[in-house]
Amino acid sequence: MDLITPGFGLVFWTAITFIFLLLILGKFAWKPILGAVSEREEGIKTALASAENARKEMENLSADNDRILKEARLERQAMLKEARELKNNMIETAKSEAKDEANKLIAQAQLAIEAEKKAAIADLKSAVAKLSIKIAETVVREELADKAKQEKLVESMLQNAKLN
Amino acid sequence: MKFHKTSIFSALFLVVSFFSFGNEKEIIEDDATFDPKAMILHHVKDAHEFHLWDWNGSPVSLSLPIILWTDNGFTSFSSSRFRHDDEGQIIVKSNGRKFLKLHEKIYQLDEGVSSINYDLDHHPTNAHKPIDLSITRNVFMMWVSVALLLFIFLTTARTYKKSKDSVPKGLAGFMEPLIIFVRDEIGKPMIGEHKYQKYMPYLLTIFFFIWINNIFGLIPILNGANLSGNIAFTFTLAVFTFVITTFSGNKNYWKHIFWMPGVPVPMKIFLMPIEIIGMFVKPISLMIRLFANITAGHVIILALMSLIFVFKTAAIAPVSVAFSLFITVIEIIVTAIQAYIFTILSALYFGMATEEEH
Repeated sequence: MDLITPGFGLVFWTAITFIFLLLILGKFAWKPILGAVSEREEGIKTALASAENARKEMENLSADNDRILKEARLERQAMLKEARELKNNMIETAKSEAKDEANKLIAQAQLAIEAEKKAAIADLKSAVAKLSIKIAETVVREELADKAKQEKLVESMLQNAKLN
Repeated sequence: MKFHKTSIFSALFLVVSFFSFGNEKEIIEDDATFDPKAMILHHVKDAHEFHLWDWNGSPVSLSLPIILWTDNGFTSFSSSRFRHDDEGQIIVKSNGRKFLKLHEKIYQLDEGVSSINYDLDHHPTNAHKPIDLSITRNVFMMWVSVALLLFIFLTTARTYKKSKDSVPKGLAGFMEPLIIFVRDEIGKPMIGEHKYQKYMPYLLTIFFFIWINNIFGLIPILNGANLSGNIAFTFTLAVFTFVITTFSGNKNYWKHIFWMPGVPVPMKIFLMPIEIIGMFVKPISLMIRLFANITAGHVIILALMSLIFVFKTAAIAPVSVAFSLFITVIEIIVTAIQAYIFTILSALYFGMATEEEH
């Protein structure tokens, strides 16, 4: 029967010993151990979180890089296009300017040629007139001796002498 | 001290216990016949001296102090003064009172009596029991286990203090998974993520305290260091669990006991006494479960060993050894399982006491 009867002495010592054990272990073992364990777990958690953050940041960075590269490429294309347009414009302008200039020169040359021609014609006219006068003088001098001959000569001369 | 209360307890235990020691007869055995029941009970019960082995027919044992509270105040003497007598033959005088030891109980002889008399049931008629606070072998083994626990866990704690990165090394590497097991598999799921921390010291302490004493009980040379199979030990721990549960109880817990929400009024009245009984049954079940499991293991192993002496032949020894080896292996698992069950159920009760209304 006393197997299942709690003895007072053992109850007493168990209670005292257990409270002692609980206090000592609680203060000097469980607290530091659980503290260290949860601290480490926190550490691991934050380390994982920061690793994740770093990964995201890297992703962002590479995305940024990609974006910047793309922008740069676009910009380069735009610049090239602009340069090409500028070049074409310049060529166009130069061409048209050259054309204008050439036209102008041609016009000037034509004018000059016209003027020269006119001057040459005037010179020719005066030379012809002088020559005609000289011929007329000679003919007049020679033919004035013979009246009929004079008239015939004048007539033939006039027939031949045609301006231009 | 009167033991009326304990006899009420005993009656209660008898109902639920699958052992029946009700008809235990205290007969002084003849040396020639082997009584397995007496031997087994002697081993599973507490004792005032630490018997190690017999040498040349006389026992070799460690004497432990006997501490008694009598009508004349405290008195203390060594258990060796009884000279291994357990039949009430040797009378020890101390502090003006006469004491004798009968079946591991200390009796104080009444005034003016020089030897003990028995009634027909072999109960002393002219002696009474003083309050016995002796350092019995269970108390002694408890202190050994406490010393070991302190050594293990203070060493473990020092590892964390020394290393800045709190990486467990050595003993800590072995103990830490166990501590984390108690925290993550017992504390957190049973009590809840937010409140478990307050109960962790208690849960860890009972878990390792019970476990180590269960293991001590299996070491043959310690000869029946059956602390965790002693009802006084399990009773005390169950009382701790009960007190903590009761003091942790919140409004919701008490409402579930006295006025169960969500059921009709007659049902509320019907459930109230059941719930009140339940409050006490929970720790009582804890007490009986641990006591019965550990004691049963010891009884089985000792009974198997007794077969050799019952049949008086060594031929039965291989059978005894094989079976008790098998049971011992199971018992090794049981040491951990029972510590786990006691702890997880305590945690469950704390969790029930602190559960919020949902």
